[in-house]
Amino acid sequence: MSYVIKGETGDWEVVIGLEVHCQVISNAKLFSGAATDFGAEPNTQVSLVDAAMPGMLPVINQECVKQAIKTGLGLKAEINTKSVFARKNYFYADLPQGYQISQFEEPIVGEGSIILDLPDGTSREVGIERLHLEQDAGKSLHDQDPKRTFIDLNRTGVALMEIVSKPDMRSPDDAGAYLRKLRSIVRYLETCDGNMDQGSMRCDVNVSVRPAGSDELRTRAETKNVNSVRFVMQAIEHEAARQVEVYENGGEVVQETRLFDAQTGTTRSMRSKEHAHDYRYFPDPDLLPLVFDQALVDDIKAGLPELPDERKDRYINDFGLSPYDAGVLVAEKDTAAYFEAVADGHDAKMAANWVINNIFAVLSDKGVGISECPVTAENLGKLLGLISDDTVSTKIAKEVFEIMIETGDDPEKIVEEKGLKQITDTGAIEAAVDEAIANGAAQVEQYKAGNEKVLGWFVGQVMKATQGKANPGQVNKLLKEKLGG
Amino acid sequence: MTKLTDLTIAAARDALAAKEFSATELTEAYIQAMEAGRDLNAYITETPDVALERARESDDRRARGGHIGSMDGMPIAMKDLFCTEGVLTTAGSHILDGFTPPYESTVSANLRSAGAVMLGKANLDEFAMGSANITSYYGPVKNPWSAKVGKDLVPGGSSGGSAAAVSGRLAMAATGTDTGGSIRQPASFCGIVGLKPTYGRCSRWGIVAFASSLDQAGPMTQTVRDAAIMLGAMAGHDPKDSTSAPVETPDFEAAITGNVKGLTIGIPKEYRMDGMDPEIQAIWDQGVEWLKAAGCNIKDVSLPTTKYALPTYYIVAPAEASANLARYDGVRYGLRVPGDSLDDMYMNTRGEGFGHEVQRRILIGTYALSSGYYDAYYIKAQKVRTLISNDFKAAFEDVDAILTPTAPSAAFGIGENQDDPVAMYLNDVFTVPTSLAGLPGISVPAGLNKDGLPLGLQLIGRGFDEGTILNVASVIEDAAGFQCKPGKEA
Repeated sequence: MSYVIKGETGDWEVVIGLEVHCQVISNAKLFSGAATDFGAEPNTQVSLVDAAMPGMLPVINQECVKQAIKTGLGLKAEINTKSVFARKNYFYADLPQGYQISQFEEPIVGEGSIILDLPDGTSREVGIERLHLEQDAGKSLHDQDPKRTFIDLNRTGVALMEIVSKPDMRSPDDAGAYLRKLRSIVRYLETCDGNMDQGSMRCDVNVSVRPAGSDELRTRAETKNVNSVRFVMQAIEHEAARQVEVYENGGEVVQETRLFDAQTGTTRSMRSKEHAHDYRYFPDPDLLPLVFDQALVDDIKAGLPELPDERKDRYINDFGLSPYDAGVLVAEKDTAAYFEAVADGHDAKMAANWVINNIFAVLSDKGVGISECPVTAENLGKLLGLISDDTVSTKIAKEVFEIMIETGDDPEKIVEEKGLKQITDTGAIEAAVDEAIANGAAQVEQYKAGNEKVLGWFVGQVMKATQGKANPGQVNKLLKEKLGG
Repeated sequence: MTKLTDLTIAAARDALAAKEFSATELTEAYIQAMEAGRDLNAYITETPDVALERARESDDRRARGGHIGSMDGMPIAMKDLFCTEGVLTTAGSHILDGFTPPYESTVSANLRSAGAVMLGKANLDEFAMGSANITSYYGPVKNPWSAKVGKDLVPGGSSGGSAAAVSGRLAMAATGTDTGGSIRQPASFCGIVGLKPTYGRCSRWGIVAFASSLDQAGPMTQTVRDAAIMLGAMAGHDPKDSTSAPVETPDFEAAITGNVKGLTIGIPKEYRMDGMDPEIQAIWDQGVEWLKAAGCNIKDVSLPTTKYALPTYYIVAPAEASANLARYDGVRYGLRVPGDSLDDMYMNTRGEGFGHEVQRRILIGTYALSSGYYDAYYIKAQKVRTLISNDFKAAFEDVDAILTPTAPSAAFGIGENQDDPVAMYLNDVFTVPTSLAGLPGISVPAGLNKDGLPLGLQLIGRGFDEGTILNVASVIEDAAGFQCKPGKEA
């Protein structure tokens, strides 16, 4: 399902590369001991190093290094046991040093890959170009005073992993799947919380277009700091259409930085090449090259959790789930854990269906995450147990589930209290069957004349008489025996 | 008894231990000298109250029988590049107006822990950029030897205030920092000892940065022994500085045995420059003779890349400085000159706050790092730097130390060499290669020129082998019998 932009001169395709900044989960900043809590009072998490006081020096936080290695391993990437920090020089009020410490020519992580799970159930691989560590800047607050800008340095120096993809994506869906998968991986790894709305994951989108089927790479425009998956997809749609229009009107796309306007879903030029910064990168002389032993990498590798792709394979192979269902269940670590708790001791396919069809609907209705789901995994498991051992029919189970959503109660208790237990007593069912046959002389005639569909009428009568609690299998069996006999 | 302000650290250490006088008495003598010597402009900020308080603490320790540090009660000047808690720190620049750090540099804190008494903050070239101490926002420093020639001489730079304070007896010793010669050249000009340790020996934490890969703190003292004592107090691994070397600090004083028999001293032929001042050549030759007489083997060595050192230095140091000085933007501390926009505020602040030499170096460095020039300048300079380092490595296969002049001339007059920055940069021709290689170098006074002005010789050692050059320097010091008597009485 390729994404094609129909132009006046023909079909165009889009080439997308993403640069994602992931805030590293760590107690302290990349080069200082200051704390990193989100939402703290302005300028309360600032060390002398962060404020770039004279004579202050950066010291690498090994915890952030480990997190970067872990993330690199999660991206199946090459880990560079020697990398170099460089200064990226530019002036801005929320950049106290006047340079950002980043990695330029020698990043800590090299080439890797990500498998995208696409909405149609297919998968494709997108290359990772590199991952490097760098400092975040502070925040400029322009809305606190009519004339002045206020500066909050809490975020200054917080560790970021910049993860750069290869220009391997060809549609907004690809980009959406890439971001969701990347978020899933870093959450599994616990190296980034992936909260795009809080800015702990931010995305720069590089887009270019070319005539469909061509393999040239044309000039790209970079849209900075897009802060949701939906916005990234919108920005690509808009940007691709804009570029096609530029070319078709005989123009040239210029290499520039653009901004996304969430109100209109469009991008606009921020600065063009003539205003482009010359960042004057050079190795930071305050820091030695970052060198570690392969043993550290091996150690971290040995401690890696099961990642979404591996878990998905396990669900397919061990549980017999479809690739789509497996993909949906593993996307969030908490959801997968919920599913596995439900499936424990029960039929996994049934568990998957219940989670995907019923639980997801509840979460979406209530707008909550799996951790706040009113139906606990244990209770849902019990409900599946009640279905499996014929205590309730699937239909009654749905009623019980509705009650569980409201009350959060144990299904066994609900079934007991409401008297919803399925009737499996042959005598009671037989009585109801006999009564239905007695009341339906005309239907008996039709059945005997070969109209087997009328059996449904008898089942309905029996169910009505037993308030739906009769075991449908037994009802069918008895009816067939008695009518056919 | 000798005047208190004529004592060396070693002598004062014994006298204090023998309770011949108190640290307070010693400090008071220096405070008087400091006040009497204000015409030298050696200090930017005098801190007599701090000094007296620390002197009293020292006396208390001694009275209590507490632990006595290696510098206990020694009144010293602190180059105003070291951040000192609660005391104005200027780096000799207008842009740090009113900046009083809430923290203490590691080196000054180490000295304080060793019992040293801070008399004040010594004048310097702005951001340590200069070789004559004429770029300070707080005015030039006068060399105490000026009286010998009847005109105002520069003390050298950038640690000019420190050198003048020690030479003029306004401090028993002083801290300096050396990026391309800023300890050794002023030591030579002022007739004192100046030691630039191996890069990584002393922490850079809390020292206002000039060029991070070169900056190194060191002692400036009257004698070689004092330099050994003071370096021991300053040095040590500091986890707050990633480039601080995780090595033990040896007993430098113990290395001074006076026995240099059998050591091989290298004489680099490339340091014999065309048009070299014959008096400099003569004092160098004299140094060779002294060391021969003391039993050293003398060996000619070659450091072929020497001539590229100065241009290399003037790429690397300004490049690093251009980034290091970006933080002085008027936003958080120091001078702010308002403007209509953020960019205007930056331009106004940095335009007024930095002097011409600092601006020149920021521009050179920014240019050298710019896209399209980076490979030709910065990368090339880094490659040459490696070659310079390799030259020294090769030489140290055969020799234990290298002897050279410290500077190409004696102190010159204030106002001379000012029109031509390159002529000024040539002052560091003998000291810069050592800095680029990160090796230790010491300047020791070896004699006087025909005008009666001091000339220093430099000994360069292997990395982290300050002991050997201290020992060899002590032999030259003894042989020279140099008396640091710059005063009018002489």
